Amino acid sequence: MQNQKLAKQLMKKSKTARYERFGRLLSLSALLLIMAIVLGIIVFVASKGLATFFKDGVSVKDFFTGTLWNPGTKTPSGHQAVGALPMIVGSFLVTILAALLSTPFAIGTAVYMTEISPKRGAKILQPVTELLVGIPSVVYGFIGLSVVVPFVRNTFGGSGFGILSGTFVLFVMILPTIVSMTVDALKGVPQFYRQASLALGATKWQTIWKVVLRAATPGILTAVVFGMARAFGEALAVQMVIGNAALMPQNLTSPASTLTSVLTAGMGNTVMGSMQNDALWSLALVLLVMSLFFNLVVHMIGRKGAFKK
Amino acid sequence: MNRTQKQSRFAIACLKMVAGFVVLILAFLIGYIFITGLPNVSWHFLTSPAKAFNAGGGIGIQLFNSFYLLVLAMLISLPIALGAAIYLNEYAKDNWFTSTIKTAIEILSSLPSVVVGLFGFLLFVVQFNYGFSIISGALTLTIFNLPLLTRNIEDSLANVSDDQRQGGLGLGLSKYETIIHIVVPASLPGIISGIILCSGRVFGEAAALIYTAGQSAPALNFADWNPFNIDSPLSPLRPAETLAVHIWKINSEGIMPDLTQVSSGAAAVLVLAILIFNLSARFIGRKVFERMTSVK
Repeated sequence: MQNQKLAKQLMKKSKTARYERFGRLLSLSALLLIMAIVLGIIVFVASKGLATFFKDGVSVKDFFTGTLWNPGTKTPSGHQAVGALPMIVGSFLVTILAALLSTPFAIGTAVYMTEISPKRGAKILQPVTELLVGIPSVVYGFIGLSVVVPFVRNTFGGSGFGILSGTFVLFVMILPTIVSMTVDALKGVPQFYRQASLALGATKWQTIWKVVLRAATPGILTAVVFGMARAFGEALAVQMVIGNAALMPQNLTSPASTLTSVLTAGMGNTVMGSMQNDALWSLALVLLVMSLFFNLVVHMIGRKGAFKK
Repeated sequence: MNRTQKQSRFAIACLKMVAGFVVLILAFLIGYIFITGLPNVSWHFLTSPAKAFNAGGGIGIQLFNSFYLLVLAMLISLPIALGAAIYLNEYAKDNWFTSTIKTAIEILSSLPSVVVGLFGFLLFVVQFNYGFSIISGALTLTIFNLPLLTRNIEDSLANVSDDQRQGGLGLGLSKYETIIHIVVPASLPGIISGIILCSGRVFGEAAALIYTAGQSAPALNFADWNPFNIDSPLSPLRPAETLAVHIWKINSEGIMPDLTQVSSGAAAVLVLAILIFNLSARFIGRKVFERMTSVK
């Protein structure tokens, strides 16, 4: 009797072991919850966004090549007026222009911070870029509205609202992001690369240009892609300065729109489940897919160019 | 001086100019926010409710909403992020499951906030029928906040030296006890800094809130702290426009005469709050570390 009881007690898991399993399951379930959220977002947005094509019968070709955006009505040629091309072009234009503009500035600043004057870089530039990374996008939008739009209006004519203003706002917005990530990439280049180059008689500039920047290229590319992803997904700052006209951009100063700006402006004015609403969800789906694409690019760069230490 | 040296000098001078130009832009930005904004900030501005048609409105309710949403979102996301970070850093093996989850977290952190907001709108506002409310907003902000907070906590857990874990295990503690009683306390300074830095991001977020917490700030009765009354500040079911949403809202469709003053003042308050979050993240993290380790 006594022995049986003892055997039973010994066979059972101890209190600590049960506590251990409980804790492990608890932390695992938190992780699985995050996983479920990610899957949920993708499934929800995809099912909503694809309804335009399956339920409302809009052809994929019309969606990506049509230039008339007025869901619920028909184009003169009898197709559904769900042409998202103006927004897609607008989004890509502001993103690419902003990245082209800010990359040289960001790399120059990052090189200055790590290679030329590390002390001043750490003391002044580092905290300032950190603060600027954290500034909310509405504040950028507000400054864009009160500084950039009048500036563009007076310099280039037009209303001031348009792709160009959007580009300037995004340029300033993604600059700190790219700078701080490029700084990390440059700091990751081993010190002996520089020493070896200098010992071979290369000047400081030759070392920077031919050794440090080359070695840090994957990291810098990642930084630029991150900046582009941020620019592509930015909603309010762009929406405030771009003019919100769902038209093909005629030039850089004509009012235009991006995927995000149409989404934020339109979502509140449509009824759930209506065709107008589904069309907006399709735009959200395009945004989601692009975000996944940027992620993939970052992964590919990372796999190819990881530093071997 | 030969050609290459001249070239080097020239290039470095150019780099200095580029850096100088960027500093100029950044300085202008911060200067502009504070110089145009701070003169509009007064005690009255910070505490009185907004006015839709007349001048002289404040941002009192919006400011309260921002903080309330921040606290709620942090309360919900912290346990989840902590659990996830513990699993990732302490238990996860290096296999396909872990790398899938890590990729999922990366995807979540790079999603445009407007997409997160729309998901929150679909799930909490429409599906769960919470309407435009604090609770919808807080849950959406949680989703927005989770990936970054998880990564921050994971990093600070990873910074704890393995000696500490071996010490705990050597004393006969189970793995989970070691984590809870040794590793997490040891990484507390890092975790606190991470929380505060994430707070700054959550505090300024607007795109995720427009269609979840709503764009209106009904009058509140600050004498009534019963969360079940709809005009109580604590009620989780009332719509709540935050400070960041307010700036966006009045600039896109506001008609009050002192629009620019209100928005510049609100922008200055917002940036100031973020600045305080950033500075206190460093300061408090260091203080906690000193306190706990008595290293000075």
